Parts: sequence; C-alpha cells; structure tokens
Amino acid sequence: MMNSTIGRIRNERRKRFTRRAAVTSALFLLVLMLCTAMLMLGNTIYPVQDVVRVLLGEEIAGMMFAIETIRLPRMLAGLLAGIAFGIAGNTFQTMLRNPLANPDILGITAGSTVAALVCILLLQTSRATVSVSAIIAGLVTVVVIYFLSRGNGFSIGRLVLVGIGIQAILSATILYLLMIGAQEDLPNAMRWMSGSLNGVQLHQLVPLAISMIVCIPLLVFTGRHLLMLELGESAALSLGVQTDRTRIVLIVASVIMLALATAVTGPIAFVAFLSGPIAKRLMGEGSPSIIGSGLVGATLVLGADLLGQFAFDVRYPVGVITGMMGAPFLLYLLIRMNRRGNL
Amino acid sequence: MLSTTWRNKEGKQRRSKVPVVLVCALGLVVVSTLLSLAFGSRAVTWEELMSGLSLSGADSYAASVVQERIPRTVFSLCCGAALGISGALMQAVTRNPLADPSILGVNTGAALFVVFGMAFLGINSQSQYIWLALVGATLTALFVYGIGSLGRAGATPLKLVLAGAATSAALSSIVSAIILPRTNVMDQFRFWQVGSVGSGSWQSIMIFLPFLVVGIVIAIMAASSLNALALGDEVASGQGVRIGVLRLIAAFAGVILCGAATALAGPIGFIGLLSTHLVRLLLGPDLRLIIPFSAMTGAIILTVSDVSGRLLGSPGELEVGVVTAFVGAPILIMLAVRMKVRSL
Amino acid sequence: MNTKDRLHVEGLEAAYENKTILKDIQLKVPDGRINVIIGANACGKSTLLKAMSRLLKPVGGVTTLDGKAIHTIPPKKLARTLGLLPQSPIVPEGITVADLVGRGRFPHQSFMRSRTKEDDHAVAEAMEMMNIADLAERNIDELSGGQRQRVWIAMALTQETDILFLDEPTTFLDITYQVEILDMLTDLNRKQGTTILMVLHDINLSARYADYMFALKQGELVTQGTPQDVITSEQIKNIFDLDCEVIEDPVSKSPLIIPKGRHHIR
Repeated sequence: MMNSTIGRIRNERRKRFTRRAAVTSALFLLVLMLCTAMLMLGNTIYPVQDVVRVLLGEEIAGMMFAIETIRLPRMLAGLLAGIAFGIAGNTFQTMLRNPLANPDILGITAGSTVAALVCILLLQTSRATVSVSAIIAGLVTVVVIYFLSRGNGFSIGRLVLVGIGIQAILSATILYLLMIGAQEDLPNAMRWMSGSLNGVQLHQLVPLAISMIVCIPLLVFTGRHLLMLELGESAALSLGVQTDRTRIVLIVASVIMLALATAVTGPIAFVAFLSGPIAKRLMGEGSPSIIGSGLVGATLVLGADLLGQFAFDVRYPVGVITGMMGAPFLLYLLIRMNRRGNL
Repeated sequence: MLSTTWRNKEGKQRRSKVPVVLVCALGLVVVSTLLSLAFGSRAVTWEELMSGLSLSGADSYAASVVQERIPRTVFSLCCGAALGISGALMQAVTRNPLADPSILGVNTGAALFVVFGMAFLGINSQSQYIWLALVGATLTALFVYGIGSLGRAGATPLKLVLAGAATSAALSSIVSAIILPRTNVMDQFRFWQVGSVGSGSWQSIMIFLPFLVVGIVIAIMAASSLNALALGDEVASGQGVRIGVLRLIAAFAGVILCGAATALAGPIGFIGLLSTHLVRLLLGPDLRLIIPFSAMTGAIILTVSDVSGRLLGSPGELEVGVVTAFVGAPILIMLAVRMKVRSL
Repeated sequence: MNTKDRLHVEGLEAAYENKTILKDIQLKVPDGRINVIIGANACGKSTLLKAMSRLLKPVGGVTTLDGKAIHTIPPKKLARTLGLLPQSPIVPEGITVADLVGRGRFPHQSFMRSRTKEDDHAVAEAMEMMNIADLAERNIDELSGGQRQRVWIAMALTQETDILFLDEPTTFLDITYQVEILDMLTDLNRKQGTTILMVLHDINLSARYADYMFALKQGELVTQGTPQDVITSEQIKNIFDLDCEVIEDPVSKSPLIIPKGRHHIR
C-alpha cells in the first residue's frame, strides 16, 4: 500500500518533470531559431553558414556591418529584454497570485518609463544615468504602491487598485512630457514609448546583461520560496518561509531587470503580462516557471519583432505587435479568471 | 431601531445642508467661469473682463480676448457637467464606487473609433467624431461590464477596474498600431488624445447640446429608481423597479454623456469619480441630490483644472486631461486605501 | 497540568491596529492531547492561534516552545516542530494533489538537498492517512470541499511536526465531512502522539473530540479543563451568553449542550 502510493507520487512527479523538460527544450530551440532568423533576415538575406562565420570573427565584406552593428544588437536586445520582462512579470504574478498584478498594470514599468523619458527628453543625460534613474524610479514606485496599499488591511485587490491609480498619474506625466518635448524628438520618443528594438547599440546592453547574470540565479534560488508564497501568506509563514525577506529579494531583483530592459527598449506591451501565464499553460500549472517565462518572453519579443519588420508594408515597432497579439489573449485570460472566480 | 432613527437624523442634517451647499456650488460655478474668462496666456483685468462681457464695449483687444474665451468656458462647463453626471450614473448602475468613464476604459474605446475614423474613413469634423465616439464608448462599456461581471460575486469594483484597465491597454495598442505609420493622424490625434477643452467653439457646443440635454433629462428621471437599485437587485425589483430597463436606460444616458464629451474634448479622466465622491461626502448617498450636484461640481472641477492648466503651462498650456489625472488619480488611490478588504 | 508541556503562553497580548484582541493570555498546551479552543465569534480564537505561531507578532507576552521564545527560533526550524493550517488557505490554480501535499516538505528541504526518499515517504504516509492517495494526480480545483480540506491537512502532516495548529478545520463542510476530519485528526493524535490545538465552532463536537479545552471570551481566557469541567450550563452561559441544559452524549458520554431559546421552555 505504502509502496504503491510512493510509486504513484514519484510517477506523478516524473510526469510533471518530463513535461517541463520537454517544453523548456522546445522553447529553447524556438528561441534559438528566432535568434538565427533575426541575424539572417534583413534587407539582404544571409545564409546561416555565413552568419556563423561572421559571428566567429571571420571578415566577410559587407556582412560585417549589417550583422555586427545592426542585426546582432537588435537580436540581443530582443532576447535579453524578452527574458527580463518575462521573468520579472512572472515573479510579480506568482508572488501576488494574480496574473493581472503584473508590472505593467501596477505602473512599475510606467515609473521607469517616466524617469527614462525625463532623462531623454528634458535632461539629455548619458545612457548610464537613464539606466540608474529607471531603476530608482521603478523601486520608488513599488515602495509607494506597497505603503499605500497597506491601509485598512493589506489586500491584493487594494494593491492593484492603488497601482492603477499610480499608473494613471504616471501616464498623465508621460503625456505631459510628450507635449512639452521638442517636436523633432517626438517621433523617436513615441517609437521608444511603444517599445522598439530600433537602433540599439551593443554597449547599451551591458548593464542589462550584467543585471541578468546576477538576478536570474538569485530568482531561481528564491524560486522555491516563491512557490510557498503562492499558498498564501499564512501557509507560507507556517511552513517557515521568511515572507518579507523573500518578497524584498524577489521585488528588487525583478525591478532591476525590468527597469534596465525598459531603459533599452522602452515598455514592450504585454510581454511581462503574458509570458508567465503562457509558460504556466505550457508547462502545467504549479511548476516553477521562471526559466520558462523568460524563454516565452524572448519568443514573444523576437517573434513580434520579426513580424513587425517583415510582415507588413510598414515597419512596426515590436511593442505595437505584442500589444495587438496580446490583446485577445489578455481578454481570454480575464474571462477565464472571472469565470473561475479568481479575482 | 436605534440605528434607523439615527440614520433619519443624519438624513435630516444632510438635507438641511442642501441650501448651503447649493449656494456654494452656484457661487463656485460663477467664480470658475470668471476665472476661466480672466486667466490665460494673457491675463485680463476686472474692467476689461466686464467690458468684454457687456455687448457695447467689445472693441478693445482685451475684450476680444475675453469674448474668445467665452465659448471655451461654456464648453468646459458643459463637458464637466456631462462627465459628472455620467460618473454618478455609471456608479449607480454598476453599484460600484470606482466606476468612472476613464477607469472603465470607455474613453479608450471612444478614442479607438475616432482614430479609426481619422485614418480609414477620412473623417475630420467634430460632428462626425461624435457618432463614432458614441459607438466606441457604448461597445467598450458593454464589453468591460460584461467581462467584469462574469463569475461569482458579479461586477466587484476590483474586477471592473481590472477589466477596464486591461481593455484600455489592449485598445490603446491598436490605436498606436493605427497612428504610428500615419504622421498626419498622429499629429491630429496627439492633441485630441490628451483631452483639451481649448478647441471648444460655439459650433461644438451646439453639437454637444442635444446629447447633454437628453442625458440630463434621463438622469433626473431615473434618479429615484436608481436609489432603489443601490439596495440590491432583489430589493429594487421588490419595490417595483424594472431593473433591466432601468439599468439599460441609465447606462445609455451615462455613455452618451461621456461619449459626446470625449468625442469633442478628448479623453478627460476622473471628473466623474472626483465630483461624485465629493458630493456624496457632503450630501450623502441620495442620487436625486448627487446627480445635479455632481453636474455642478464636475463643471467647476473641469473649468478650474482648465484654468490651472493654462496658468501652469504658460506660455503654452497644460492640457486639462493631464491636470484632471493629477487631481483625480489620488482620489482613486485614496478610495482604494480606505475601502474595506471585503468590499474590494 | 504538566509543567513539562512543551508549549507555554505567558501574558500574551495581541492587537490589530490599536484594537486589543487578546488580553494577558496565560496557558500551557498539554502535550500529546487534542486541545480545542472555543468561544463566541470575534472573541480572539483565531488570533490566539496566530499569535502563538509566527503569523502574528504579539504586542506583549511570549509563546515559548521548549523554553525558547518562538520568535527567536529560526523559522524553518520552528516549522519542523510546529505546523499551522490556516482557516482559508489559498489554492494555487491547477496544481496536483501530490504537488501541493509535497510542498509541506519545504522546511525539511534546502536548495542543495531538494528531494529525498524521506520526503516521498512522508508525503505518501500523509496521503494515506488522510485517505487521498487515489487523488494524487488530480487537480485541486476538481476536488470537493471535504477532499480539499483533507489535502490541506495532509500537507500540514507532511511537515512532520510534533505540534499541529488548525484554525477551524471543519468550517464550510457538511456534517459528514466534519466528523470524518475530526476522526482522522484523532487517528493522528492516537497513532503518532501529535499535540493538536485547534479552533472549533461546534461546541458539541468539540466536547466529543477534545481531551482538553480552552474557552475565550472577549480576548480573555475564562476557563480551561476537560470537556466535563468546561461544558456546564453556568460556564456556557458565561462564555456564550446562552441558556442551555447539558446532558450526556449517548454515543461518546461527553457533555452535550441543548440550547433553550425563548419559545420551547416547558
């Protein structure tokens, strides 16, 4: 009896692990293919073997420039930002047990965007300052939302409502900044605002890459605690999780990645929102889907950017495509959540 | 027993406040009107203001400045009143203290249809915007309410707000997809999008007026039945209210008021939320009072916001939609902070 | 009472936003027994459980486990000795029974040493004890209320603690499931000697299953003792402000209260 139960439990777990491993490898391959496509496609299409040769340092006249200064930075920006948005979004959603409680809706992305816009439009500062102020603004937004939502008893609902209020103020600020911005900066600002991989240079990606090397292992390490938080504050506490400390680590690490990604590409709509739920659906819910969400995020950004560049007669920035693709899924998610009474 | 007498007493106290509040509100309407006439990129003295208003002295430069500001002021009073009533109606219909056209995403719905008209149908006159905006506003309102009321417990404040925010986000990415490749539409839309009463002219007021009148008449007629609705669907139908019809009519009035205002002025947020809660704080939950007083309060808030925008943004102007978001969003936050966990 | 009892509460005070909920609670929880806290709504029953664990920081007083204040014990270490099942735990979407029950092993795991044979053994044992082994692959969402409650208790059991707190484990359940759950908890207590401290709503079921009872009234501990000591018509009048008669439960021989009301007095 006992042994058969143990066997059942192992079996069940093996099934979950197998599915997770299969989905993760599939996503990994997909991302790899998209990355390759990003390097191959453009005004001229280069064959794979030439792309590889250029990447390995071989000098092929004409291709060097296109790949190393245009396509590679664009691909890396999409890859890194996608992973960062996906993981950060998923962390918030899991921590707050609500897919709608993501950095976009809560106004955290908007906080970083405002700071970045002020730096770009008004102060014309260096990229480093843009990054640092985006991080600070994101964290300040979190702190403000958190303290405001403690009044009269903390609840996720209150947090979300406060976040939406903050979001409204920040959006108004963004509109105002766009109004007073110089006419010639406007198209650029608009393009950046809707999330775009255009004109990214390799050195801009360095801070984002470093933050991800530090933060992702930290988040994976804290992932087990995050799973316990999913059971609710009381259950997590009684299982011995130090909930406050866990939350601070999770929030700070995610916001840093989020803000740095925002500073490079602008807010890419819905990636932080959709990656987590999509990863969960693919992998089976209840599994720690940190890596999975990152891969889904990268898939969304790279796929949308390829569509935006080549599928239409106009070139759309990536954020517009993710926004359009994401909208129906988002509404589906909302309907499903409401049906199940999860709100 | 005790609590009902107490409530009656409180009701009496509140009713005795009505004349005072009425006088104050009317006074503030006049003051905000005068402010709106007097201030702007060129400030006007009292004498100039008076001479501009009297028909005879309309020859000086200052007087003509004042006269140019008249339609803008009237327009902003109308818009404010419309948004105030619309907020009160939507809150009553959804029985939800956070319902406001901007929060429910109705504005974005109107915006999408207007942009669609600009880009694909070559529409560029206000009398055509208004119909598109109305269709957009109505569809979005129905959609958001539909999504928000799925599932157990019906349309809770949180569900409605989230459905509104999500729908807004979805619709605005469609808006960007339409305008980004079209520079001319982008320019036209950029100014409409912020929400401004600066474009108010006698012509736009004339377009607006029929909608305003219909909306106000319906709102006033529906007020006492809406009071019954506040006690819940069962109680209301027990009192003989046909709730389905009532909801439909009141929501219709709410949507045309905000849809028309949005079409002409662009999305101006939070006026409904702000004015309704201010009035409720002063006069209690009786909709027969809330509706007319929200109209006045809305008119005052919008006009004063417009004036502040002109002063703060000088030499240009800060659009009123930005000002109301700065004033109104903190109210949303405050309401969220004060709400009991269970009523979220 | 035995002075060797592991869990002591000394002068415990708790408050929510300046509103005092518990006043100077002094008690010892008898080891290896089923202990039940009773009292009227909002008398501080759940708050007492929370303040005695890590869930709520008391404003005064201390709870000690083996002589050490529980707030000074490292959280994971405490979680290996003292478990608590909250009143309405949150069900994450779409996770399987085996997965959820397995999460109770958290305090026994670390990043380096994740899953072991003991873990599987503990999970299997708890699931068999709660009679949910057949549900292992099912989604929590698909279960009935009674099944779900057994899953949660199983999760608390895999924590393998000597002391288990339960906050109204039978609320919202049909009477059949209430009895079933209480029977299972009694099994646990008799087989493994687990000390149980739980809040229950139903006085008669409390009297039947409890070895020892604590009664709270407006945040104060008014009486404690065996069911026979606590459940008397005078005490019930005092605790619940209810006139009743107490007779002997024909099944369990424990005291059984019969409320009087105003209309049926002969």
